[in-house]
Amino acid sequence: MGARCVLESVMEKRIKSLRMEDITKRFPGVLASDHISLSVDEGEILALVGENGAGKTTLMNILMGIYQQDEGRIFINGEEVHFKGPDDAFKAGLGMVHQQYMLVPGMTVTENVALGYKQAWKPLKLDLSMVRDRVMQVSQHYGLAVNPDAYVWQLSVGEQQRVELVKTLCLGARFLILDEPTSALTPQETDELIDLLKRMKNELSIIFISHKLNEVKSLSDKIAILRHGKVVFSGSTDDYLPRQIAAMMTGHEITLPENKEQDFNGETALSIKNLCVRSDRGFLALDGFSLDVRQGEIVGLAGVSGNGQRELAEAINGLRNVESGSIDFFGTEITGRSASFIISQGMGYIPEERNVEGIVPSFSIKENFILKDSDRPPFAKHRIISRKAVSDNAEELRKSFDIRCPGVNTPAGSLSGGNIQKVILARELTRSPKFLIAVYPTRGLDMGAIEFIHQELLKKRREGIGILLISEELEELMNLSDRIAVIYKGRIQKVLNHGEANKENLGILMAGLKEEDDNE
Amino acid sequence: MDLIVNILAMTVPFSVALLLASIGEMFNQRSGVFNLGCEGIMAMGAFLGMLIPFSVGQGGHVSQVYNVAGLLAATVCGALLALFFGLIVITFRAPQGIAGIGLQMFGVGTAGTLFRHFVGGTQSIPGIPDTPVPLLSRIPVVGDIFFSHNILVYIAFLLVPVAWYVLFKTSWGLKVRAVGSYPRAADSMGINVNRTRYEALALGGALAGLAGAYLSVCQVKMFSDELIAGRGFIAVALVYFGHWHPVKIMLGALLFSFAQTIQYNVQGLGINLPYEFFVMLPYVVVIVVLAFTSKDQTSSPAALGKPFNREIRT
Repeated sequence: MGARCVLESVMEKRIKSLRMEDITKRFPGVLASDHISLSVDEGEILALVGENGAGKTTLMNILMGIYQQDEGRIFINGEEVHFKGPDDAFKAGLGMVHQQYMLVPGMTVTENVALGYKQAWKPLKLDLSMVRDRVMQVSQHYGLAVNPDAYVWQLSVGEQQRVELVKTLCLGARFLILDEPTSALTPQETDELIDLLKRMKNELSIIFISHKLNEVKSLSDKIAILRHGKVVFSGSTDDYLPRQIAAMMTGHEITLPENKEQDFNGETALSIKNLCVRSDRGFLALDGFSLDVRQGEIVGLAGVSGNGQRELAEAINGLRNVESGSIDFFGTEITGRSASFIISQGMGYIPEERNVEGIVPSFSIKENFILKDSDRPPFAKHRIISRKAVSDNAEELRKSFDIRCPGVNTPAGSLSGGNIQKVILARELTRSPKFLIAVYPTRGLDMGAIEFIHQELLKKRREGIGILLISEELEELMNLSDRIAVIYKGRIQKVLNHGEANKENLGILMAGLKEEDDNE
Repeated sequence: MDLIVNILAMTVPFSVALLLASIGEMFNQRSGVFNLGCEGIMAMGAFLGMLIPFSVGQGGHVSQVYNVAGLLAATVCGALLALFFGLIVITFRAPQGIAGIGLQMFGVGTAGTLFRHFVGGTQSIPGIPDTPVPLLSRIPVVGDIFFSHNILVYIAFLLVPVAWYVLFKTSWGLKVRAVGSYPRAADSMGINVNRTRYEALALGGALAGLAGAYLSVCQVKMFSDELIAGRGFIAVALVYFGHWHPVKIMLGALLFSFAQTIQYNVQGLGINLPYEFFVMLPYVVVIVVLAFTSKDQTSSPAALGKPFNREIRT
């Protein structure tokens, strides 16, 4: 009965074609969508690509009725539709998985689905067992394993995404919109998702937002490229190489730089020995972690996120208590010292959560530039801030780091991810640090921004600065690192030299297997 | 022994005003709105609740219908005041803390002024009498403590499981919890965030109004400017103390009211300490208990105090 029931609801809501015509949306000071037209037919996967801030998400929010377009029309099966809110879009068979997951952390998976599953809303009772059955049905039908009784806060990012997909499908979506579905996933999870979507294609149409071009290439039938709110190109995916798509996306050819420099042979800058650190939940996130980084060397730390990377970065920067072990920075013991002491020793830090840890979102860009130096010259005399020095510094950094913003007085939190990262980079790199820790520095950024950040990191390496690069992008690690250390459950699995590492052996080490095990 | 039974028998009815108001405040906060104006709504409720039976009977005996009418009027007035508060903080997105303090001063001030105009001085009313539960009230000790009170006491304690059921077992409760912890997610699921918050506010206001009227009609049986005596603020604190859970909130209300009853009884024992010390005691208990309450925030409504605006990116 179960599976048939799913299929019946499927047949009712077939979407043979969906067309958006001349969609225009203005936000104060920004033209987010500029006469955009798109169409998707049944069983097709359209990749919507473009840089951060190109207007992809805005367009999809319009399609879902979350925003109202200023101009333009939407047609489903040739008939014009008007969505006043997401409810109307659900009824028409559309469903969206947002980049930022729309799951209430303090509720169970079933309760989250129930939020939209109106059939279960009986007058005096919420029929959770009905919702639970539905979750199980959909999860089996599509091979998406989820535990309906788990609380969302207990789930990993990959699991949360499966919950999002199940939720959307439970609500009867026949047309899926996925907003950068892979941006927070590990490489393994990404592969699984792509396989899954390929299978689902038989029953659904999909719009897939991404700027990871290899994914676009392997998954989509059609492609539409957005730049500054306009469709600059649309066509069949098969006809173009990823490189060509990247060039159309950014407006220029992109080649990610590689670390081909000579060994710098610097002395040891950062030396970590037997470090043990507890996570927020109390277990040992780092359990006997040891690693040395020399000057003029980029050491990549590869690993599936959640294996102690966050705790490591925080412990080094004095933001988390150290249980045992030592951290030695140019001969000075910094274990357990305050963050301000560690900064004064010359540590630069690009934190993982750029919006929360890297900037004060409500502060202006120019204020964010001087967060670490607000009490010393040239920005302050006798602890009174010199407005001129702060503004001059900001204008200079804005130019040299090509930060796209209305002005340096704009709140930093209103910028796009790539520009926020440039603000952080500008602050950290121009303070002439002796060392740099970069945590997922390009996560969620587009090709243009990634290229820029990679170039800056390599430039610093040439200047003789040691860099600890924490990342889960294997390509990034292999392009930039002199050595790659793999972390698993709070310990170093193995350290590979540049050239030794490839996707296969890194993947094996990241999954917790030693190569020896593999050779048995 | 008698003293202990006496204290406990007073604890239960004395906790009712707090219980009603804090259960209401719990719904407000669960939906993401922090109503500091609870005190003001209680004052208005207390005044209206007493005004109706007083005007009919002019201090003499009145039919129960008018007492009930007073309670109902207080409830409706509470809901309306809360909706007005909602207009300010939900639709106009004013800062909730400031608006709440405004509502508190408005309520307390207006109730006092109207009281002087319509009633004049301190006047007591017969109020709602105790109705002991047949049989159960005759059980020694337990009967006195739990089953010898006015009808509203029983209703208020029945409200605890009802509130729990509404919050966790109905679709409305699900909506309230969702808009209070992640309104953007609720919105993406087609739930009207602001409407749900208005509904929760109206319910919370209604209960606060009833709580005020309980004081003037059932407990003290008169109105005065100092009648509420910070109970609205204590109710807000109890919601934190009880981690937004009806049962824990009830325990908090009982604890506070227990401290208060001890205070009354100990004053009478003639211990040689200034009486202000005893009056202060319950409030100190609240502060101390709050300071030691678990700071576990997993059940707290994450969007508490934040207005929702769909088209602003955060």
